[in-house]
Amino acid sequence: MYQWISMISLWAIPVMIAFILVYGWSRSVPVYETFVDGAKGGLTTTVRILPHLVAMMVAVTMFRESGALEWLLSLMSPLLELLHVPEEIVPLALLRPITGTGSLAVATDMIAQYGPDSFLGRLAATMQGSTDTTLYVLTVYFGAVGIRNSAYALRVGLWSDLAGVIFSLVIVSYVFG
Amino acid sequence: MLNYIWLALIVISIVVGALNGRIEAVNQAAFEGAKTGVTVCFGLLSVLAFWMGMMRIAEKSGLLEGLARLLSPIISRLFPDVPKGHPAMGYILSNMSANLLGLGNAATPMGLKAMEELQKLNPDKQKATPAMCTLLAINTASITLIPTTMIAIRMQYGSANPVEIVGTTLLASFGATVVALTLDRLYRYRHERKTR
Repeated sequence: MYQWISMISLWAIPVMIAFILVYGWSRSVPVYETFVDGAKGGLTTTVRILPHLVAMMVAVTMFRESGALEWLLSLMSPLLELLHVPEEIVPLALLRPITGTGSLAVATDMIAQYGPDSFLGRLAATMQGSTDTTLYVLTVYFGAVGIRNSAYALRVGLWSDLAGVIFSLVIVSYVFG
Repeated sequence: MLNYIWLALIVISIVVGALNGRIEAVNQAAFEGAKTGVTVCFGLLSVLAFWMGMMRIAEKSGLLEGLARLLSPIISRLFPDVPKGHPAMGYILSNMSANLLGLGNAATPMGLKAMEELQKLNPDKQKATPAMCTLLAINTASITLIPTTMIAIRMQYGSANPVEIVGTTLLASFGATVVALTLDRLYRYRHERKTR
C-alpha cells in the first residue's frame, strides 16, 4: 500500500507538469510567455506575505526563548496528570499550531530521545504529521490577499488542532498501546 | 483576534523574560524571529513562482475550468457561495489534491491562487468570507496520505517499520478535518445570523 502511495506522489508532479504543458500547447497557449507571466505573480505574493511572516515569527520566537512556553506548560501540568496525558507530549501539542519548524524540531528530538518505535516516538510522529501549522497557514493565506479580519477562521483552526491532538493520543494508544 | 494573540505573545514574552532574567535571550529572539520570517518567505518564493507559472498555463488553456466543472458537484457542497465553474473551484481542488498527496510545497501556491479568486468574490476586501474560512479549515487540518517528513525522520533514527505511522496519522488527520469542517459550519451559521 505504502509503495503504491509513494509511487503516486513521486510521479504526480512530473506527470502533472507534462500534462499541463502539453495540454496548453495543444490549445495553442504560448506556454513560455504564459509561465513567465504567471511566475511574476509568485514574486508579488511573496512580497505581500513577508511582513506578516516576520511579525508572526518574531512573536513566536520571543515566546519560546523567554521561557513563557515552559511557564505555560508548568501551569497546565496538574490538569494533564488528571487526564492521564503524558507530560512529555505537551510541548509538541502546544507548539504544533504555532510553529511548523519549531514543532518539527521537538518531534525529531522526541524520536531521537525515546526511539522511533516507542509509544512517545510514534505519538510524536503522528501528532506532527496529522495537522498543519494553523497560525502559519492563516498568516500566509490571509496575508497574501490582504484580509485583516479573519472572522472565525482562527478559532476553527485551533479547536481542530486540539481535536487532532486528542485523536492522535487515542488512536496511537489504541493501535500501538 | 490576531491582534490580541500577537500582542499577548510579545507582551507576555517580555514580562516572563524579565522575570526569568532572560531579557537578553528575548532581545535576540526578536531579531532571530524576524530573520526566520524572511528565510521562510524566500523559501516560498521559488515554489510560488514555479507553481503560479504552471497554473497560469492551466488557466489559460481552460484546463482548470474544465476540472472545476467536472468536480463541482462535490466541492460546491463545501463551498456553496462559489458559483459553479468559477476558477476558484479549480484552484481549491488542486490545493486539496496536493495536500492529500503530501505535496506541501505545491499545495500552498494553489491555495493562495484560490484565495485570490475568492477575494474577487468578496464584497468586503478586509474581511474573510465563509468560503475563505472553509478553505482555511481544510488547510489547517490538512488530510495527508503520506507524512513524508516524519517517515524520513523515523527512518533516520532506525525505526523497524518507518511507515507504520501512516495509518494512525491518516486517521488522526481525518478526524481533525471532520471536526474542522463541522466547526466551520457551526460558526458560519452563527456568524450569518449575527451579521444579518
